Amino acid sequence: MRAAASTLRAELIGLGGVVERNVYLTRRYIWWDVAFMIWTIANTLTIVFIAKGIEATGGQIDVNRATTTLLIGAVVWAYLGILFEFMTETVAWERWEGTIEYTFMAPLSRAMHLAGAGFFAVLYGLIRAIILFIVVASFVDLQMPNADFLAAFVVLVVASLSFIGIGIMTAVLPLISPEKGAQLGFVAQGMLLVVSGVYYPVDVLPQWMQWISVISPATYALDGIRGAILNGAGLSTMWDEIWPLLLIGVVSAPIGLWVFRRGEMYAKKHGKLKRSG
Amino acid sequence: MSELIELHRVTPAVDVRDLRKVFSRRDKKAGRFARKKRVVLHGITFTMQRGECVAILGQNGSGKSTLVRLLSTLLFNDGGSAHVFGHDVFANPRPVRRLVNRVSVEASFFKKMSAGENLHYAARFYGMGPSETRVKIPEILGKVGFPVDRRTEPMENLSRGMQQKVALARALLTSPVLLLLDEPTTGLDPRSKLEVQEFIRDVRRTHDSTILLCTHDLAEAEALADRVGILDRGELLFLETVPEILERFEVETLEQAFFAATGRAFEAEVDEDDEDREVFA
Repeated sequence: MRAAASTLRAELIGLGGVVERNVYLTRRYIWWDVAFMIWTIANTLTIVFIAKGIEATGGQIDVNRATTTLLIGAVVWAYLGILFEFMTETVAWERWEGTIEYTFMAPLSRAMHLAGAGFFAVLYGLIRAIILFIVVASFVDLQMPNADFLAAFVVLVVASLSFIGIGIMTAVLPLISPEKGAQLGFVAQGMLLVVSGVYYPVDVLPQWMQWISVISPATYALDGIRGAILNGAGLSTMWDEIWPLLLIGVVSAPIGLWVFRRGEMYAKKHGKLKRSG
Repeated sequence: MSELIELHRVTPAVDVRDLRKVFSRRDKKAGRFARKKRVVLHGITFTMQRGECVAILGQNGSGKSTLVRLLSTLLFNDGGSAHVFGHDVFANPRPVRRLVNRVSVEASFFKKMSAGENLHYAARFYGMGPSETRVKIPEILGKVGFPVDRRTEPMENLSRGMQQKVALARALLTSPVLLLLDEPTTGLDPRSKLEVQEFIRDVRRTHDSTILLCTHDLAEAEALADRVGILDRGELLFLETVPEILERFEVETLEQAFFAATGRAFEAEVDEDDEDREVFA
């Protein structure tokens, strides 16, 4: 019993260590983060102005509703991008710095190591998503009288578990392919969002893409958040979005760990943990 | 209980039997899907007793780093076995990881982070909490001769010698009973080299550590190790005390012993085949 408690303590300290390291790195690269935030805001503005553009060119559209729909899509895209970036960098950055071998020879379990990376990614991603939403919404003077922001926030947090599970699967890619692995992570992010109705309803997609959208957690996250912000749907009415998110999360996290473990075994078999760059 | 203690005492610190490692990579010249195989370790066997310092000498590409990576649980073997204090390195790596740490030729760190931050991060992976590392890190940095007041500077501002001292501190911070040193003084200026060597001696005096030193510095091996082995193209030619080696080959220096054992000079230029070995090993 005492040994189990001691092991658990050591594992939690290790998890905290990954978070602590990412805090150090964020502090050191803070101006890079500020620049990236400005770029993300500018990029999101180019998307949300599309609604006003349609009206200006004679289209019939509820500009406020369309702009909010686009903004939610852009914020979720940015959030997912951060999550996948951090998860992929769990390996890619350490490979670049050459610390990967020291991390992988330490007694911390891989599950806790990756959970630490995921935990920080969610915290950092949520802060950025909130800032992005507030800045862009105030810039275009959006009206959201019925919005239930708490419900939207809870849906995003619940969805994060599934996103992390998928992110863990992409984190293994730089282990298998040091040169192209990180880029393949972005491909996975793009594929996930294109089928999930990021800027449009899922039913405009070809049938085969709609089938894939059923297993994408982003589909339910976007539906839930839009329902909460546009229609004021509370958590009590959102079970149809929340249970698939929980189910995908419960399934994808262990699958992600299994995939990562296989990738790690491949890397150890073929000597791919050596420094690159 | 006393039997258990006795068993632990007599269990070799390192027990390597017929250890083999083969790497393969694409061979575009031979065809689109062809792969080229290279045996990096040809079934090497040796043991190390607790508290012993063993040096493995070898040229670039001889398989030294592969051996260290195998014992560090960073590679899987392709044959044979390796045990660290009785724990199977490949079948049960977790307990091995608690016992082992390593210093390699490249002092790999997050360059933008400070020495202190890098050490805090490394220590967390071994279950060391903030209250423990706050005390231990300045203490250990002082011991390796690193100016403690510079521990908040980013690693990229430190000299190569300073970085290597931080690497030593990182390895010792977790109190490893097996320390794997993979060319720890390569690329250092003579003064830093002597400081690091003196520190290794100090570790032997003050810690209950077993040390495997892989190097291509003959003098370093002779000065620090109880026994010296020569690893040549993946084969461990012998592992004996320096006087035994000199007597066996009837020579006066380790360099001459290497020549007598391999037919090649120790610092001879690598041929094309050896260059290929370096990529793998």
